[in-house]
Amino acid sequence: MPTRIHPVLGAFAALVFLFLLAPLVIIIGASLSDTTYLTFPPQGLSLRWFANIFQIEAFRRTAITSLQVAFLGTGLSLLIGIPAAYALNRYRVELPRWLSTLFVLPILVPEIVFGFSLLKSITIAAGLPVFPSLILGHALLVLPYSVRVVGASLASFDFSIEEAAMSLGCPPLKTFMTVVLPNIQAGVIAAFILAFITSINDVSVSVFLTGPGISTLPIQILAHMEQFFDPTIASVSVLLMLVTVGVMAIVEATLGLTFLTK
Amino acid sequence: MTVSLTIENLSAHYGTTQVLKDLSISVAAGELVSLLGSSGCGKTTTLRIVAGFLQPTAGRVRLGDRDLTTLPAHARDIGLVFQNYALFPHLTVLDNVAFGLKQRTIAKPDRVKRAMAMLERVGLAPLADRLPSALSGGQKQRVALARALVIEPPLLMFDEPLSNLDAKLRIDMRVEIRQLQRANGTTSLYVTHDQEEAFSISDRVAIMNAGRILQLDTPEMLYRKPANAFVARFVGFENLIRMKVTGRDGAVVTAEAIGGTKLHLSQDVFGAIKDDFVLASRADGLTVRRDGEGIPATLGTRTYLGRAYQYKCQTAAGEITANGALSDPLEAGTRAMLTPVPEQCCILDPED
Ligand SMILES: Nc1ncnc2c1ncn2[C@@H]1O[C@H](COP(=O)(O)OP(=O)(O)O)[C@@H](O)[C@H]1O
Ligand SMILES: [Mg+2]
Repeated sequence: MPTRIHPVLGAFAALVFLFLLAPLVIIIGASLSDTTYLTFPPQGLSLRWFANIFQIEAFRRTAITSLQVAFLGTGLSLLIGIPAAYALNRYRVELPRWLSTLFVLPILVPEIVFGFSLLKSITIAAGLPVFPSLILGHALLVLPYSVRVVGASLASFDFSIEEAAMSLGCPPLKTFMTVVLPNIQAGVIAAFILAFITSINDVSVSVFLTGPGISTLPIQILAHMEQFFDPTIASVSVLLMLVTVGVMAIVEATLGLTFLTK
Repeated sequence: MTVSLTIENLSAHYGTTQVLKDLSISVAAGELVSLLGSSGCGKTTTLRIVAGFLQPTAGRVRLGDRDLTTLPAHARDIGLVFQNYALFPHLTVLDNVAFGLKQRTIAKPDRVKRAMAMLERVGLAPLADRLPSALSGGQKQRVALARALVIEPPLLMFDEPLSNLDAKLRIDMRVEIRQLQRANGTTSLYVTHDQEEAFSISDRVAIMNAGRILQLDTPEMLYRKPANAFVARFVGFENLIRMKVTGRDGAVVTAEAIGGTKLHLSQDVFGAIKDDFVLASRADGLTVRRDGEGIPATLGTRTYLGRAYQYKCQTAAGEITANGALSDPLEAGTRAMLTPVPEQCCILDPED
């Protein structure tokens, strides 16, 4: 017998989807409009505003910066996050409880406050140039994802296989690379994707760390919108969404999306 | 090449609690010794120290003429079989078995050949390409066994390898383990909490309690001549009666217990008897008689065992279980004497 969905529950779910999807539909519609101002429903159909994105040098430049920052920042966060998650799980009994909380602090602190404190510390106090401080800031921003998601796959990891490997003559570091990593691969990829998407869409941390000549795409979108109110904003937003969806599609095709929710 | 394992005066702590106390064991070359004891007595801890996963706070571990004590785990060359199998989930059965050979930088064709030969021996060659998740518990443990054996280690260690298997398989597997161990002549240390398993598989058994070895002996000796009250209880000596010597006449000792018990015991049978001792026996070590010398008792519940009747008896020294002849069933409430069968009894030191 197929399971029946209660009509009220069904209606509620439909409402939620409508609520979630309506803005997307509006943005996609607006991005295709042939007008020189933002409007919905679109009047006329055209891809000229998409073409326009590529004419604007600032969008091209900041898109590249965003990708660089997302890759390097996420990479850095995994470089710190994987060993941290490993240690937190491997020595769960021996380590103090608060240590694992420490790594999720960036999630608990309001992003604006976090961004401002990064500005104070890395840009002003440490005097780091804009690009490295963006990478460092994003790495810290997404570190909780690395630690948590990798940690989740380590929580079900049986550490005795590590001991089995060592008893068979495999040194500790090699054991980590050949026995631990392959078994938490899904978690590492999931962490990378979540972190990458968070980084590439981030505004509140980037807004404090971007500086003269160097900006990220979301910040550039804001800057653009302050001057021009044309559909370019909508089309660049759609493009950003497509990147996110694209990444998800790759995950779905290779690993299946369910592992993100596992 | 077979070598002996020597564990000397091992102490181990978790934080401030001491879990191993001056523990010494030696396993002769080619011998299989079991550590037998209830959960939490320190068996796994001992194994982990020998394997190099844990540092002892005192003591040494030697394998042949090599001192292992400060050697890292991966340099010890010990084959380990775990309770939960600990197979590499991302590797096939074949790659699991070949893992140790790969670490020894043995070329691939040779590696595959040797791993396959070992899988053949444990009857798993047809499953070589499977992942561990597609194996039953018994098959997993065979892979784990093959993986530990294929590196031809001078020492094999097993930590309750059969406790996740069902009863029938447990017996098959322990025979198989014993055969493989014998065939290779590999010195082995085997951990279990199952007395039958330990006695059936081992050359000698070390009975452990609270971080100490209480007796290390052959199964026969443990069963017949426990060295102390703890081991005696462990191997089924249920009646422990505290006695005092009141007279000595040559080899014969007169001993008494509370409640009018008076026995004559020969030191030719029991060995030297100290003034204060415990007489230990199983139910068949005490015979229920209507009269004669012995422990005065009031009979309680009678159970038919086939070869004898068993009685729960009330004595001044507490409740005692004893067997009586089939020819003379006695009713509950009867006053009787419980007479020791010397060959079935043993004399121990009092516990305190
Ligand atoms: N990682 C640990 N931290 C603290 N105590 C432990 C740890 N591992 C084991 N113990 C304690 O040490 C004692 C011996 O444990 P173990 O060697 O595992 O016993 P067994 O294998 O005989 O069941 C037990 O009391 C156990 O609670
Ligand atoms: Mg144990």
